[in-house]
Parts: sequence; C-alpha cells; structure tokens
Amino acid sequence: MAIKDITLGQYYPGDSVVHKLDPRTKLIGTILFLVSLFVVKNFTGFLFCGICLAILVKISGVPFKYMARGLKAVMFLIVFTAIINLFMTPGDPIWRFGILKIAREGIYRACFMAIRLVMLIFGSSLLTLTTKPVALTDGMERLLSPLSKIGLPSHELAMMMTIALRFIPTLLDETDKIMKAQTARGADFESGNLLQRAKGLIPLLVPLFVSAFRIAADLAMAMEARCYRGGDGRTRMNGMAFHNCDRIAAVILVLYFAAVIAIGKLPVF
Amino acid sequence: MQIEVRELGYTYSEGLPFATTALEDVNFTIPSGEFAAIIGHTGSGKSTLLMHLNGLMKPTKGCVLADGIDINEKTKEAREARRKIGLVFQYPEYQLFEETVLKDVCFAPKNYGFTPEECEEKAIAALKLVGIDPDAKRDVSPFELSGGEKRRVAIAGVLAMEPQVLILDEPTAGLDPKGHKDILDMVEKVRRDRNLTILLVSHNMDDAARMADRVLVLDKGHLAMNGTPREVFSHHKELHEIGLGAPSSSELLYLLKEKGLNVRTDIFDEDGAAREIVNAFR
Amino acid sequence: MSKETVIQLKDVTFSYYVEDAEGNVTTNNDVDVKHSEKRMALDGVTLDIEKGSFVAIVGSNGSGKSTLAKHLNALLLPSSGEALVCGMSTADPDNTWEIRRRCGMVFQNPDNQLVSSVVEDDVAFGPENLGVDPAEIRKRVDNALNAVGMYEFRKKGPHLLSGGQKQRIAIAGVLAMQPECIVFDEPTAMLDPSGRAEILKIIRGLHEEGKTVILITHFMEEAAQADRIIVMDKGRPILDEAPAALFAHGEKLQELNLQMPFGASMAAKLRDLGVDLPEGIITAERLAECLCR
Repeated sequence: MAIKDITLGQYYPGDSVVHKLDPRTKLIGTILFLVSLFVVKNFTGFLFCGICLAILVKISGVPFKYMARGLKAVMFLIVFTAIINLFMTPGDPIWRFGILKIAREGIYRACFMAIRLVMLIFGSSLLTLTTKPVALTDGMERLLSPLSKIGLPSHELAMMMTIALRFIPTLLDETDKIMKAQTARGADFESGNLLQRAKGLIPLLVPLFVSAFRIAADLAMAMEARCYRGGDGRTRMNGMAFHNCDRIAAVILVLYFAAVIAIGKLPVF
Repeated sequence: MQIEVRELGYTYSEGLPFATTALEDVNFTIPSGEFAAIIGHTGSGKSTLLMHLNGLMKPTKGCVLADGIDINEKTKEAREARRKIGLVFQYPEYQLFEETVLKDVCFAPKNYGFTPEECEEKAIAALKLVGIDPDAKRDVSPFELSGGEKRRVAIAGVLAMEPQVLILDEPTAGLDPKGHKDILDMVEKVRRDRNLTILLVSHNMDDAARMADRVLVLDKGHLAMNGTPREVFSHHKELHEIGLGAPSSSELLYLLKEKGLNVRTDIFDEDGAAREIVNAFR
Repeated sequence: MSKETVIQLKDVTFSYYVEDAEGNVTTNNDVDVKHSEKRMALDGVTLDIEKGSFVAIVGSNGSGKSTLAKHLNALLLPSSGEALVCGMSTADPDNTWEIRRRCGMVFQNPDNQLVSSVVEDDVAFGPENLGVDPAEIRKRVDNALNAVGMYEFRKKGPHLLSGGQKQRIAIAGVLAMQPECIVFDEPTAMLDPSGRAEILKIIRGLHEEGKTVILITHFMEEAAQADRIIVMDKGRPILDEAPAALFAHGEKLQELNLQMPFGASMAAKLRDLGVDLPEGIITAERLAECLCR
C-alpha cells in the first residue's frame, strides 16, 4: 500500500524530554524555529540553527535515518527550487551554455534555499514525530481558543481534526475493500491513459463517498447520544499544564532566537 | 469447474522482521459442482484464502488450480479461468455505485469486453436468478432498494460474469432471520440452476451441516479438517478446542450422550434429532 | 406499583414522512428513509419499563424496533403522544441532555460510533461533554474501561481492535456518563459469534449490577436472556411477555419470521412427539437436564 508508506511526520513513539514537552510549547517552539530560518541571512546562522536542531533530534531519540526518509517525498521540490535558483539568479556569470548561465550568486542562493527547505522540513517533522496527533490537535485548540472570541471556531476545527484522524484508517480499509470487490468484478485500476484511469476510479469513489456519508450520519447520531453540543461547557480529561521542562524550554527558545538575530548582525561570509 | 489448492502459503511483509504468516501449507480439492463450507474463527485466514482463490492475492508459496490451470499465470487461459471464479465479499452492497440497478449489474461483463446487448442479457438473467424482478427494478437506483434487495443486486453483479465457481464470504452477515434464510435459499437455487461449484464462508454450523457436501476447517492459517459434515463434526472435542462447535442439534445429542443416554451424535437437523431422542427413550 | 418506572411511552406515533399544510411531503429529522417505510414507523406504542429490568425488543427488519429505541433518548421525538424518560418528557428541549445522560445508547456499527483515535479519550468524550471535572473523568474512564475488561487497551487506537472490542469501548463510553438505563440497538448484528458472546456477557453483567437494560435484537437466543420480551410488528408491540411464556407462541413467532431459540423449538418438537417436558425450556442445557431426569 503506497498510501501507508508515507512516513513524513508520522508519530515516532518515545520517552524523551522532547516527547514529554507540552504540545503548546512544541507548537510555539516550532513556529519560532521556522521564523528563525527566515531571519537568518548567512551560512554561519544556518550552521547555528543546524547544530541546535541536531542536538534536539539527538535528545528526541528519533533516528536520523527515519527523519531522512521523510525527505524523499519532497526531494523533488527541493531539487526543483535549487535548480530554479541556480539558473535564474542574475549576477556575475561563471559558466554559460546558450541561454543558460550560472552566476556565483546563483550557486550561493541555490545552496541557501536548499538548506533552508531541508531545515524547514526537519524542524516541522520533528514536531509531528514527537507529538501524538491527538495531543497536537488539543494543543492547537488551546492555543487558538483566545481567538474564538473574535469568531474563530477553534473548538470545531480541533474536533474536525480529531474525527479526521480517527477515520483515516477506517476509510483506508474501506478503500482497500471496495477496490478488491470491484477488481473481483473485472475492474482495472492500473492500466489505460489518464482519462481512462480517472473514469475507472468512479466505481471506487462512489461507494467510498456513500460509505463516508453513512459514517458521518452514524457518527453524528452517536455523538449527539453522548451529549455532544459543541465546545461550550466542555471539560477535558487530560488537562494541559506547563511543567519545569516547558519553562526551561521557553528560556532556551528566547536565548536561541536572540542568538540567531545576533549572528545575523555579524559581517557576512 | 474444479478448484485445487496446492501447498498454498501466504506471508504478509515477507522478508521483513514483522512478517506474519496468514496461510501455511493449505491443500484441498473441491470437485466440480460440489458445495463446500469454510468455517473458522475471525483471523483464521479465511478471508486471505478466499482472495487467493480468484487471484486477488498472489500466493507466496504453492498455487491455485482451476480445472488444472494455474490461475496466476499471465496467459489468456488463466485470465479466463479467473473470470469463471466469482467472489462475493462480505457486505457486498457496499460496492454498488451505478445510477441504475441494470447498469451496476452490467459492470462486470462490460469489464470483460462483452457487447452492450450481451451485457444486458447477462445482467437480466442474473437479476432473475437472485429473485429481483428486472422489469420493475432495472431503472431504479440501487441506493433506493431495501437492505436485502441491495445485497441481491450486488450478488447478481458477480453472477453476471457467469462464473462456474461462486465464492461467498458470509453472505448473510447483518441480516435478520428471514433475510438470512432468503439469501441461503437463493444460493441453493443459483447452484441448482447454473450447476455451480460453491464455497461458502459461514459462522453458522447449522447452515454448514445442512447445505454443504464438504466442510473445510481453518485454524491459525492451517487447514485443520477437511471432510463431509458427518466426518468433520464427529471431531467434537477438537472443534471446541479451536473455539468452534457442532451444529445445535448435534451439540444437544452430545450433551445427552454425556449424561448417559444412548444416542447417535451425527444428526444435524432438528426433526431428525427429535426422532432420535424419542427412539432412545423407547 | 411498587417499582419505579424509568421509561413510559404513551400512545407514541412516529412517521419519517411529514406532510405540511399544503400537502408537501418532507422527511423528518433528515433520516435516510427507504420506500417501504413511508407508513407509520411507530403506530400507537404504549408501554412502561421498570427500573432495573432487562427488556428485549425484537422484530424483523422494518418492524419499528430501532425507531422505538431512538425515542428513548430523544434522538427522535414522537409525532404524537408522549415519551417520558425518568419522568421527563423528551419533547421539552430543556430535558434533552439530562435524558441522554441518564439513558445511554450503544449502536450497531462498532466502527461508526467511536470519536477519538485513542481508546481512553473516546471513553472520556461523554463526561467531557457533560462538563465533568477532569479528575473525576479520569476516575470514571478507568472504572468504565475496567468494567468492560479493556483497561489495558486504553492507549490503543480503535482501528487495531476487533469488532467485539470496539463495541466494548462503546459500552465503556456510555458507562462513563453514569446512566441509569442503557439502550443497546442491535449491538451484536455485525459481530462474529465470539464477539457476540463477549458483548452479551457484559450486558448481562450490567443488568445484574442494577442498570436498566433495553436490548434491541433480532436474535431470539439473545432476547431469551431478558426478563421480558416485547415483539414489535408494523410499528406496534404485539406480544409482551416473559421469555418462557413467549416461546409457547411458536406458530405466531414463525408467522412474524422470528426464530425460536434452539432449546425452546426442540422442546416443542419433542412435546409434539409425545415426550413429557415441563414448560419454560429455553436453552439446550436445560432441555438435556429435563430429558435425563
């Protein structure tokens, strides 16, 4: 199953400090890290960010190989961005072939962008690798809840994500079953041109939608029967509390960000 | 069509550390026209076995022969053989997708390249066979039918391929007693009319004993027993050890025998068992 | 009456189709409706259910038994007549949540009623909705999971569990709301025999602990475990008796396409053949005992 092979950001069970941090801390930390990658103006800055990230990965106990596997899915994007930057950056050409030319600045920018992208992906996948989807959803709901005063449906968004997470495996199973049943009736999902293949998906998609609607109707009734009536007056079993490690993490984050800005002020090299 | 399974084995994720064996060294032959029931616990490998029988899954060991042809060959004969083995999944109504009943039943013959006229002819014959009136229902949306009708239409969707072997995975799951009886009666009728070889997966020992010529018992991926209902259900103790049992009538007779009554235990219908009990008292 | 009634239905009717003043027909409550159900789904149902009793409601498909179940916790409201749960009318919107808390419901499809991808979070869903204090929720969740024997699975994802286990989680989710009464709407219809036995054992246990249990089913073998069986046909209760007494109406049940439990049906056959057997035999074990006496 190709769908099940995607490891980009799939939770990696562990017991490290990183795993134990409050999801809100990790969410804010990740956002700050991503911002810092855009504040950085030179390779020294990237070196610093990279070292910090590497230390964090080491602490988290997620094998580097496992993280790198996630890169495969987006390798195309990285290479594409690098090539565009390599050829399109104007400046002092050092190599020329017809209309194609590479400038010193192009090489510099291509490397710069590639490093930035790789770190963006590593940084954000560290979040999802060390945080259970459910905790992540809860953290998001709580971070966004102040915004519900200005009309952002933070609880509803979080509930939608919870349900989506719950039913992804169910719908994958369902897809597999329907595909097998239609294959047993001679359906072919693998050959033909693009149009034929798209048409061939109808016998899969219609039953899948019917299933999804049936699940939705059943689930809505089950939720109502269990007294669900939106976010108002709802409590949560797993209260979130910041612990000492979260406070320490906050201090480290501030220091890290200050350091990134300071490095940005250094003469470029 | 005769189905022969030879040393069939299937391992999920073969070669990886978390490989699990779903089937191992399964051997049996179902002669043409025979009715075989497959019984076993959830997770005994029943579903995996079924999917091997029409080529939906490829064995990691051994082979499946239909009238002597290995169905997993890449030849035209093998493809033709696969078409003649119809597989009805559990809750088959979930595979309905077309706008009308007739179009849905035409889906399989269409995939196998029959002309629209041939498709329609086969579809109408299949609908009649499952007890759906083609004139009244052909242009109705399958989603507007009742639960039992949907299931019949879905089964017709497989029968329209004109299979010679029909494999049914718990065709009565989720139905009430009347629906259960109706579907099984239909299976018997289809078998008679088309002279099919039937493989039926069931949790119901009474059905297996009543309908089948042969009972196959699967346990943990192995074929634990293979024989006539009489032979298989005489292994009362072994069946209980793997979490199965005998038909209700036979279970009652075993109970009575334990209590010292001199009765035969190989009677699988209520009337027969009642007579046997009365005779024992005389 | 000495015993307290939990549920009281007074001449309840219900139709999935509603005709407005201009004669336009619309569906009620957005429920998926089949053509065969255009008539009254419930047609004048009057009945009382006592606190602490175990009542089975049986009937073939379309007899209205599931519609009846959905009236017991205000998922559907009577078109006419009145449904009282713990003395509260389901028609009053102020009562809705208290009624649903006191009268929990377990549905047929084990997959489609679990909300969270972590077992214990799912069990906590009900109490969270009720605004229960977090420490108390924790306690209730642990108790409920222990009660259905699923405590060790609390951190697992539902998709890794068997049908029977998922259904046990659904029961735990209802128990965590501490209801007085639980309605089971065909909880075993989609399970294999071992899953079916698991769930039935839990249901019996709940009844023994004093919960009012209402079991909707089309398996007579299951219904036979109740104190009282109500047989529905065309939207009406037509038989309402203790199991032993009910199974004396063999022919009537056959007409309704209901299958007698094996023990009862065998006993009837033996009586016809002149064997002298006491009344009220339901199980094969009891039949064997009586025969060998």
